[in-house]
Amino acid sequence: MPRWRMPTCASAALAAAGLLLSGCANPSVGSANDDPTKPVTLKFWHGWATPGEVKAVNDSIDRFEKLHPNIHVKATGNVSDETINQALRAGGDKAPDVVSSFTTNNVGQYCDSGMWADLDPFMKKTGLDKHKTFPKTLLDYTSYRGNQCALPLLADAFGMYYNKDAFDEAGIERPPRTMSEFEKVAEKLTVRSGKSSYKRVGFMPNFRFYQNSPDRLFAQWGPKYFDADGDSRLADEPSTYKFFKTATRLADAQGGFDDLERFRMTFGDEMSSQNAFLTQKVAMHLDGEWRGLMLNEAKADFNWDVAPLPVPDDQADTYGRGFITGTVAGIAHSSKHQNAAWELVRFLTADTKQVVHFANDIHNVPSTFAALKSPDLDADPTFRTFFDILENKHSKALPPSVNGGAYVVSLGDFAYGVEAGRTRDLRKGLKKLDEQIDADTLQSKS
Amino acid sequence: MALSLSNPARRRLRTLGFLSPWLVGFSVFFAYPLIATVYFSFMHYNQIKEPTFVGLRNWTYVFEQMPLFGPALRNTLWLVVIMVAVRVVFGLSLGLLITKIKTGAGFFRTAFYIPYLAPPVAATVAFVFLLNPGSGPVNEILGSIGISGPNWFNDPDTAKPSLVLLSLWGIGDLMVIFMAALLDVPKEQYEAAELDGAGPWAKFRYVTWPSITPIVMFAVVTGVVQTMQYYTQALVAGKVASGVNIGPGSVIQPGYPDHSTLTVPQLVYQMGFQNFNTGAACVLSLVLFAIAMAVTMLLMRKRSGLLAAED
Repeated sequence: MPRWRMPTCASAALAAAGLLLSGCANPSVGSANDDPTKPVTLKFWHGWATPGEVKAVNDSIDRFEKLHPNIHVKATGNVSDETINQALRAGGDKAPDVVSSFTTNNVGQYCDSGMWADLDPFMKKTGLDKHKTFPKTLLDYTSYRGNQCALPLLADAFGMYYNKDAFDEAGIERPPRTMSEFEKVAEKLTVRSGKSSYKRVGFMPNFRFYQNSPDRLFAQWGPKYFDADGDSRLADEPSTYKFFKTATRLADAQGGFDDLERFRMTFGDEMSSQNAFLTQKVAMHLDGEWRGLMLNEAKADFNWDVAPLPVPDDQADTYGRGFITGTVAGIAHSSKHQNAAWELVRFLTADTKQVVHFANDIHNVPSTFAALKSPDLDADPTFRTFFDILENKHSKALPPSVNGGAYVVSLGDFAYGVEAGRTRDLRKGLKKLDEQIDADTLQSKS
Repeated sequence: MALSLSNPARRRLRTLGFLSPWLVGFSVFFAYPLIATVYFSFMHYNQIKEPTFVGLRNWTYVFEQMPLFGPALRNTLWLVVIMVAVRVVFGLSLGLLITKIKTGAGFFRTAFYIPYLAPPVAATVAFVFLLNPGSGPVNEILGSIGISGPNWFNDPDTAKPSLVLLSLWGIGDLMVIFMAALLDVPKEQYEAAELDGAGPWAKFRYVTWPSITPIVMFAVVTGVVQTMQYYTQALVAGKVASGVNIGPGSVIQPGYPDHSTLTVPQLVYQMGFQNFNTGAACVLSLVLFAIAMAVTMLLMRKRSGLLAAED
C-alpha cells in the first residue's frame, strides 16, 4: 500500500468507528402516545426484598389491577439502583416501564440525564396538583432544576431509638434534646468492659455504623451544601465545623474513635437479629421508622422508645427536626406505555387509601398530606413520632445533584478521615473537598 | 472454481478466509472495544444522551482532579509486585514440597487445590469473617496464646497483606502448574548432578530452575495481567469488612479502609457504571491497558533473553 494511503485509511477507519459508536450511543426512546385504557403489561422494578415487603407490594398491585383491569403489572423486587441505571441506559424490551429507588441521592442524575421521564405533563393531563398533594421537602428531593422526574413513594424520617431500661439504670429521665446533653447522656450510658472494650456504648458516633452516614447526623444542623450557582460551600458553612467538633467530642466522651471502632467490628449485621441496638450494645441509636416494626417483630427483650435526635445548643428551637429521605418512583424514559405507567405511578404515590395501606404494611412514613392525616394510619405512638419529624419545618433532605450521590460519597470519605484524626487542618480539608465536589459536578455536566 | 495458488490475490483471499474466525474475534472483542475506549475518552457521554466532544477534559480530570486515581494506581502496582511475587514463590515452594511427599501426596494435593474451587465472593466473605479483629476465630486463637492480633482487613497497613494471604489460600492453580513442570524435569539430570556431588540447593539452581524457567515466566506474566484486573476480592473484602450497610440505593466508596484496597478496576467500574462518567472510565482503562502492555512486553523480552541464554 502506498505510504500516503495509510493515514487516509486509518482516518477513514476511525471516523467510521466514531460514526458507528455515536449511532450505538442512543438507547431506545419511549413515548407517551399510548392509550391507558387499552390492555397492556407494565414492568415494575422495585427494591423491596423481605417477604413482608414483597407481599405488601403485591397487594398494592392487586388493588391497582382491580381499578385498572386492562393494565397487568409484572413486578420484580430486590432491584438495586445500579441495576435500574444500567437497564435503562441499555434500553430494549426487557427494561422496566415503572421504576422505584430507595434513595433520593440519584434523583438529580435521573432527571438531568433524562433517564426518568418528566412527570409534570402527566400531572397536568390528569389534574394532580403536586403542591397540594406532597410536602415541599419531598417535592424538592424528587425534582432537579424544575424537572419533576420522580414522586415520593412513602418517606423515611430519621430519629433516635433509645433503650429505656438503660436510661432507668443510669438515672436518666428523658432523652437528650441538645448536643451538649447528648454528649453527657452518651457518656453516662457507656459501660466499659476491660481496657479497650465495652459492654455497651451510649451512642455510637462512628460514621460507618449502620445508618450513621455523616449526612444524616449533619441534618440536625440544617446545613446548606450548595450556593445559588450550584457550587459546593461546605468550607463556608459554619455548621460544618460545629458538626465535626460535636462528632469528635461524642467519640471522645465514650473512649475515643479507636476503641469505638474496634467495638463496632463486633456488631452483627444491621438487618439481622444481631443488630447492635437489639442486642443492647448501643443504648441510643440513629435509625429510620422501619426499625420499630423490626424491634417488635424480633420481640426486643427490653423497653425502648423513640425521640427526635438532639439539635445543636444554639438551635434549640429546632428540636423535633430530622433527616428526611424516602423511596421515589418514576417512569422510564424508554417506556412505550408512559400513560399507562403514569396510572400506576399516580396510584402508588398519590392515592390516599393505597398510600395509607402501604405505609401501615411496611412501616414507612406516608408521603402525602392526605395520608398523613388519615385516621386509618397505624396509631402506634413510636411510629407517629416520625410523622412529626417529617412534618417539622426544620427537617432536612439532601439536595439533588447532577451526579447523584457523588458529593455524599465524597463527604462520607472526608468524614472517615476526620473522625479517625487523619485530617489535621479541617478548614484546608473542607476547601479541598469543595474543589473536589465542584470538579466532579463539572465533569458530569452535559 | 478451484483457487489457483499461482494467483497472489486469490492466495491472499484464501489466507484471509482461514484467518477470518480469528479476525472476527479480534475485531469484535479487541479492536472495536479498544477504538471505542479511545473514542469515548475524548467524549462526554452519560450512556443516555448523545456523546459530545470535550477534548482532553476527561484526561485532565483523571490526572489532575481525581484524588483517588493516585492511591488506586499505587495499590494496583503494589499488588502486582507483591502479590504476584509471593504467589509465585509460595506456589513453587508448595509444588516442590508436594512432589517430594511420598505418602499421602494425593490428600495434600486435594487439600491445597480445593480452596481454589471456591467462588471468589464466598471465599472472600469467609476469609473476612475468619480475620474479623473483634469476633473472628483467628484473633481469638491468637489472643488465647497472648498475642494481640492485627486488625487485618480493617487496618490500612494490613488490608493489602490480608488480600495477599487470601490469594495464597487459593493457590491451587499455580501449585498444579508448577507440579506438572517439576515432574517434567528429566530424572537423569538429577542423577548426573548427584554424581557430580550437587546438594539440594545446587540441584535446584542448576537442574530444576533452568527447566522450569518458562513456566515461572508464564506464571509471572499471567499473574501480572490478572492482578492488573484485580477487582472482586478487593471490593467484597472492603465492603464486608467495613460493615457499612446503608440501604440498596446508597453508593459507598470502594477501598475500605482509607482507600487501601482501592484498585484501578474498581475505580473504572465506579466511574463507568455508577457515576456514568464514561469518558473518565475510558481514560482509566487506557492507562491500565498501557501499563499492562508495557509490563508484559518487558517480561516477554526478559523471557526471550532467558531462552536465548539457555540456547
